[in-house]
Amino acid sequence: MSAIKTTPAPTPAPAVRQRRRRHTDNRRFSGPAVYFVALLLVGAMLAPVVYIILGGFRSNSQITTDPAGLPNPWVTEGYVAVLTGSTFWREVGNSVIAATATTLGVVSLGLMASYALSRYNFRGRGAMYSLFAAGLMFPMTVAITPLYILVRSLGLMNSLGGVILPQIAFALPVTIIILVPFLRAIPAEIQEAAEIDGCSRLGFFRRMVIPLSMPGVITVGILAFVNSWNSYMLPLFILNMDESFTLPLGVQAFASQWSVDTARVLAFTSLSMIPALVFFSLFERRIVGGLTGAVKG
Amino acid sequence: MESISENAPDAQSSPVDLPKDGGGALAVSPPSRRGRRGIGWAARAEVAVLTGPALIVFLAFVIFPVVMAAYYGFFSWKGYGPPTDFVGLHNYKVILTDPTFHDAVRHNFTIVVLSLVMQGPIAIGLALLLNRKMRFQSAIRVLIFVPYVISEVVVGTGWSLMLQTNGAVNGLLEKVGLVGLKQDWLSDPKIAIWTLMLIITWKYVGFAVILFLAGLQGIPPELHEAAAIDGASYWQIQRRITLPLLGPTLRIWAFLSIIGSLQLFDLVYIIWGQYVAATAGTSTMATYMVVNGRNAASYGYGNAVAVVLFLISLTVALVYQRFVLRRDTQGAITGGGR
Repeated sequence: MSAIKTTPAPTPAPAVRQRRRRHTDNRRFSGPAVYFVALLLVGAMLAPVVYIILGGFRSNSQITTDPAGLPNPWVTEGYVAVLTGSTFWREVGNSVIAATATTLGVVSLGLMASYALSRYNFRGRGAMYSLFAAGLMFPMTVAITPLYILVRSLGLMNSLGGVILPQIAFALPVTIIILVPFLRAIPAEIQEAAEIDGCSRLGFFRRMVIPLSMPGVITVGILAFVNSWNSYMLPLFILNMDESFTLPLGVQAFASQWSVDTARVLAFTSLSMIPALVFFSLFERRIVGGLTGAVKG
Repeated sequence: MESISENAPDAQSSPVDLPKDGGGALAVSPPSRRGRRGIGWAARAEVAVLTGPALIVFLAFVIFPVVMAAYYGFFSWKGYGPPTDFVGLHNYKVILTDPTFHDAVRHNFTIVVLSLVMQGPIAIGLALLLNRKMRFQSAIRVLIFVPYVISEVVVGTGWSLMLQTNGAVNGLLEKVGLVGLKQDWLSDPKIAIWTLMLIITWKYVGFAVILFLAGLQGIPPELHEAAAIDGASYWQIQRRITLPLLGPTLRIWAFLSIIGSLQLFDLVYIIWGQYVAATAGTSTMATYMVVNGRNAASYGYGNAVAVVLFLISLTVALVYQRFVLRRDTQGAITGGGR
């Protein structure tokens, strides 16, 4: 994850339009064949997801007799049982808290540090930036065991705080690397004008920088949120009690607890991916733009 | 790794490099000019307030644990109380002579190679396809990205249910009359690694496609037009112009893919659990670390594995940077087609 860099303005629309070049398109293969391949592709990508969702609408006997069939008749008991139980909602709550707190923490700490790194000229600035950038080279896998010991000695085992703090720390490098060029791109004239009007540097930060950097902030916020929502290894180490489980741990625990009740497991699994899918479809442009902007070669 | 960031391709901009002077508006704006180097105490305090929290959290939860991993690795330690049983390089000796670890390393490198070989061509093909003018283009782009957004746990749970011997995949094969293709997808050691590769490809190919699409958008359309006027066919244009110009994007993607493959943990641990991964031939260095470290309550040993894993990743990253990414620093986008 080292070569992360950004273009300050994600996915410029004119460039997209420009791409619609007339010469190479519409010459060959633009006909039904292209659509057919695209259809196959989308089918292959979606089939497992659709299977999980539909499987939740079947009964176990249906699944046993015909594992690859469609619901016939449609059974809603699996979904109802999951939705009326408290486990699912508790885990959704935990995941929401962890992801929201992680996002807020990363965005506020990252924005402050990026502001200092981009618009103050202090000694050690380059070194500090390099330090954060070097963080990309330390994936959580390497640090997980001592991290677990550290969290344990801080008394944060089985609490969401023990997940949130390390997640903030590990999300900071990407955040800072995305935000620094963003903040540097804010024209100096704006700051001069603000200063002439009697605005302090911190006032400038609050009144001008935060609103102007919103697109970048949203991108890093979404990355942090989705990563936290899906994170598995850290909660696996830190959260050992059912009450503190986040959704990924919950899915796994549910799958082993109800291993004979495949239909219910499928219902639980498909319900647990709905929040991520909804979130993704709401912010799809931002996520794709953020990822491609963040890792563009 | 700041050295890579600095050497990153892209000639037209280098947003990650910190300009030595005049980068910040503060330094160049006349009202606040305070000389070349020093800044006032007030500004220094502001810097401290702004960077302090991030720095503390980062040092405490990223740098400190990584350093401690190296330290704990020299001890035989159950994880309680301070480590006192100093064993020197003993842990490393055990790791490097453990056949189970050798297997894990071999699996990791198999996954590295197969990921590149399988995802690369597929993703290039899909990106070229989706870069054409067509209806529902944005919808298709979104849909192929869905598996990447779903969590590893959901992917792992869903696929392991589908791939059971009496699961949906075998059921489907039976339905279409391909009974001979039915397999014990998850536990047959000959097949399991390919099953894993199938799942990895399914989950991560969307990411590669999105990256490549972004790279394709950076290629000036005039080049294609000029080649088309000169009589080049569609495939000639793709081979001679598009692919070489996509080079920097491809190399960055390959780097991310390699590092991801070396660190692979979630999917394997979820699907094959902590016990059967080794016998099914899908264990990775990370699952070995968790199984033999935390799960066995040998924290010193687990940390030593983490150090080995890190050193292997770092070596691969540096070698890759030295020999592959290096050329991107010389010519980037337009000069890269040598």
